[in-house]
Amino acid sequence: MGAFGRQIVAVLAKDLLLEWRTKDALTAMLVFALLVLVTFDFALDLRPEVMGVVGPGVLWVAVVFSGTIGLGRTFAAERDAGTLDGLLLAPLDRSALFLAKLLGNLIVMAIMEAVTLLAFAIMFNVQLDLPPIVLTVLLGTIGLAAVGTLFSAIASHTRAREVMLPVLLFPVIVPVLIGGVQATGVALGNPVARDMPWLSLLVGFDAVYVAVGAILFEYVLEE
Amino acid sequence: MPPLTSGAGIAPSHRPVGFHMSISSASATPLLSARGIMRRFGGALALRGVDLDLHAGECITLLGPNGAGKTTLLRVLATLLRPTAGRIVIAGRDVGHEAAAVRRLIGLVGHLPLLYPDLSARENLRFYGKLYDVPHLSNRVEAVLDEVQMTAAGDRPVRAMSRGMQQRISLARAILHEPPVLLLDEPDTGLDDAAQGRLAGLLRRWAAADRAVLVTTHRLEWGEQVASRAVILREGAVVGEVAADGRAGWLVDGYRALVGEADDPLSRPLSPARGGEGTDVGPA
Repeated sequence: MGAFGRQIVAVLAKDLLLEWRTKDALTAMLVFALLVLVTFDFALDLRPEVMGVVGPGVLWVAVVFSGTIGLGRTFAAERDAGTLDGLLLAPLDRSALFLAKLLGNLIVMAIMEAVTLLAFAIMFNVQLDLPPIVLTVLLGTIGLAAVGTLFSAIASHTRAREVMLPVLLFPVIVPVLIGGVQATGVALGNPVARDMPWLSLLVGFDAVYVAVGAILFEYVLEE
Repeated sequence: MPPLTSGAGIAPSHRPVGFHMSISSASATPLLSARGIMRRFGGALALRGVDLDLHAGECITLLGPNGAGKTTLLRVLATLLRPTAGRIVIAGRDVGHEAAAVRRLIGLVGHLPLLYPDLSARENLRFYGKLYDVPHLSNRVEAVLDEVQMTAAGDRPVRAMSRGMQQRISLARAILHEPPVLLLDEPDTGLDDAAQGRLAGLLRRWAAADRAVLVTTHRLEWGEQVASRAVILREGAVVGEVAADGRAGWLVDGYRALVGEADDPLSRPLSPARGGEGTDVGPA
């Protein structure tokens, strides 16, 4: 493995070890996602026959909002501890730092999403066709995490960073939301979901924002 | 340009900004050379054209009252802040063009320890060692822990350590990759007298091994133990320098002569600013 790969592994392993020890982000994300599902369960009469229409929206609201909590901690935690300077002092390729943080966010969000999907299926009595739904959620999460990791670094420079991240993030991830909801609707058998290449939209979005993040990260981190 | 040092080892700068040449080895190529460094924060000019040479084997203390620009200068030299103007060359490499390569050559001890509170000292050092690609990492980690006398506490989480212990681990982090240039911002803060003495010894040994040390402090007596030369910064500009002349109290006397009692960290905090850019602060 080259130096670039070793740097990614070092930062990723450190982030996962810290998350394993503190469970700061994962706990908050899980609690929030389950709260969203419970709220929708009580607020709406979600019978199985309407889940194809309403279910994708419920699922993606839970994923996006709880994911934002974890994304917000990506650089806020480093800045609070003062360790961001330690990373920037090191001869660490800024693209490697971006990719390591992105992978860390993806892994933690994937754990949250696995639990959320399970709770979604049980609470709303939905038969999930797992391969297309998992693929859709995974592709949507990559785009969400790529934009979120980039904007988390930008927001960490600001005083109101907890507010700033959603303000920056949500307008940009509209294509992920549309593609994710529509593709999930198709997988859940929504009769009004338009059968378009939603997954291709997600793949394109992911490719653009992973590349943009890796290229721009050096400038984003400058004071 | 003639040397600006006087016979007594005190060299006031009569230029409004900027500064001159090293005393100890002016003919040699400096390990760190900064020229015309300016840094602006919004409308405020924190550094006003600082020139500084740091040679191999030298340990320099950077002095000045609060707000003089010491921390900003160290952060610029450490590549954490991009200068608004000016050029920095470290070991022949231009920081502006080869920042990544230069980062391997620098170790920084800042106000914060730059350590992860939920990792142990050893885990922190191993992590940073991987980022710097330190060879024989396990052995090197044990060596630096031994150097700062923290071997026994190496597995304790950093959050469970005192300020002084964190400062020692921070020093271990900074020297882990054996950087030729070591920058320290008030590293004596939080250390007891014995630890300060050991730190002074370590910095002198570090510089003696053909490396260079630049350290800021507000404790002039401690600075005198460590440094062979002092550079005085005030309102973002170098106002002069003091060289060791073998006499006890050389740094205290020299600092007071250049800056005056009003800004003396041994007497009282910073007085209201006197003058602005272009102010010439000569001997009292």
